[in-house]
Amino acid sequence: MCSRFRTASAVALAVLLLAGCERERREYHAAPTQAPGTQPRLSTLQPGADQATPASAIGRHYENNAYHVSQGSKWYRWFNCNGCHGNGGGAIGPALMDARWRYGGSIDEVHASIMDGRPNGMPSWRGKLTDQQAWQLSAYVRSLSGNVRKDAVPSRLDGMRSTPPLTQLPELDPEGDDPSAHTVPQP
Amino acid sequence: MSRLRGWSVAAVAAAGTCGCNRIQSALAPAGDQARDIGTIWELMLWICGSTYLLVLVALAFAMLRGHGDGHRVAGERTIERGLAGWVLLIAGLLTVLTAASFAVDRRLHATPENPLKIQVTAKQWWWQVDYLDPDPSRHLTTANELRLPRDRPAEIQLRSADVIHSLWIPALAGKEDLIPGRENRIVMTPRQTGDFRGQCAEFCGLQHAKMALDVQVLEPAAFAQWRNAQLAPATSPVSASARHGERVFVSAACALCHRIRGTSAGGVSGPELTHLASRRTLAAGTLKMDRGTLAAWLADPQAHKPGVDMPAVPMSARDREALVDYLMGLR
Repeated sequence: MCSRFRTASAVALAVLLLAGCERERREYHAAPTQAPGTQPRLSTLQPGADQATPASAIGRHYENNAYHVSQGSKWYRWFNCNGCHGNGGGAIGPALMDARWRYGGSIDEVHASIMDGRPNGMPSWRGKLTDQQAWQLSAYVRSLSGNVRKDAVPSRLDGMRSTPPLTQLPELDPEGDDPSAHTVPQP
Repeated sequence: MSRLRGWSVAAVAAAGTCGCNRIQSALAPAGDQARDIGTIWELMLWICGSTYLLVLVALAFAMLRGHGDGHRVAGERTIERGLAGWVLLIAGLLTVLTAASFAVDRRLHATPENPLKIQVTAKQWWWQVDYLDPDPSRHLTTANELRLPRDRPAEIQLRSADVIHSLWIPALAGKEDLIPGRENRIVMTPRQTGDFRGQCAEFCGLQHAKMALDVQVLEPAAFAQWRNAQLAPATSPVSASARHGERVFVSAACALCHRIRGTSAGGVSGPELTHLASRRTLAAGTLKMDRGTLAAWLADPQAHKPGVDMPAVPMSARDREALVDYLMGLR
């Protein structure tokens, strides 16, 4: 009886440990992805603006993977996002670590903003970043305001930080006033 | 069983002969520092080897001597004297080793006169090499190859951009770590011209093994000629295909990470490519440099060096062909 219990617990523990593998599986080859063609949300005055936009499956995939988020933090420095957005704090461009998203805060919307550019200075990176790099960068940008799972964000960043480590951001709902940023929970 | 043994012996012998290649061997020193290290290595080998043999002889003597009658210890005084002599011998030899090690260490860290100043920055997983000069217009940046003039000491500043690496060119000098946020230095004075190989000697991530440095020691005149040629901006493409390739390079993702002097491509995150085709290896010694491997590398870097930061940039086959034409012209 006891030994059977022990075996069962061992198996259960092993299965639990296996679940941990997924979060940092390194995918070097990205399957070519179709840009989701997300429409930017320019104003909350348009009809349906208060309704949640579900994040696409591919967006969720990048957001939940530690390797992708960490690569995103590298691209953030390499491609000089710091030049306008500081270390997430904003300067010439808007801050990325607060709860406000001008063009929507779901990963698909961030991805669209990076790829297409936005008025008043944000350049289009289409053709300059590969699709995978843009998704990784979007996942990292979302992590700056605490919107990425705690077990997927890097605990140590190479760049300068103006907030506590991403794994220790306060437990609040930074997207509380931004319905478009909510991801629909998976059934 | 005996056949298996024969094969194992052959395999070990074959593995042993790999060390005979003098390109990356501490046993074939081609510079002052490596020779000093080689000397102390040989000294240690001889001293420790002969001490070990003496110990074995003493052991054999004790075993053959037998127990005697159990009470009388024969030759007590002889053994005492022998032991005292043994202790003195060991203390003396250890002193010799310590002194030799100290002397060699001092020589390795001596400040040379009129050194060639170089800065090596290790990144995951390649080497950036900067030849420093008081005149900024003669500052030269290259990657994954280190060319040195014979008979002139090179003083190399060592930096790291990410994790701890270690530079080891066994034929020229010892190992020295490259530590983020710190600056180390190493001096090497090559005495023989030829081709050598350096390797990262501190585990630095997935592609640690594919982080090699192509080292060439040249005659001083040849070195000066090479350096002047490298200082020139990239050669302009001639053929229509290569000209198209240049347009592809500066307009696609390539230009964001790589620099080609003389064009608008000014990225600094990846290796400098101004004279790419004059190098002998690609991706820090991963591949031999030629047209075919370059095309294969561009098509899918992740297949050759999984985890490397260079992505496969999507482009048409025609564009890639033109890009290879252009890059192969950067001599």
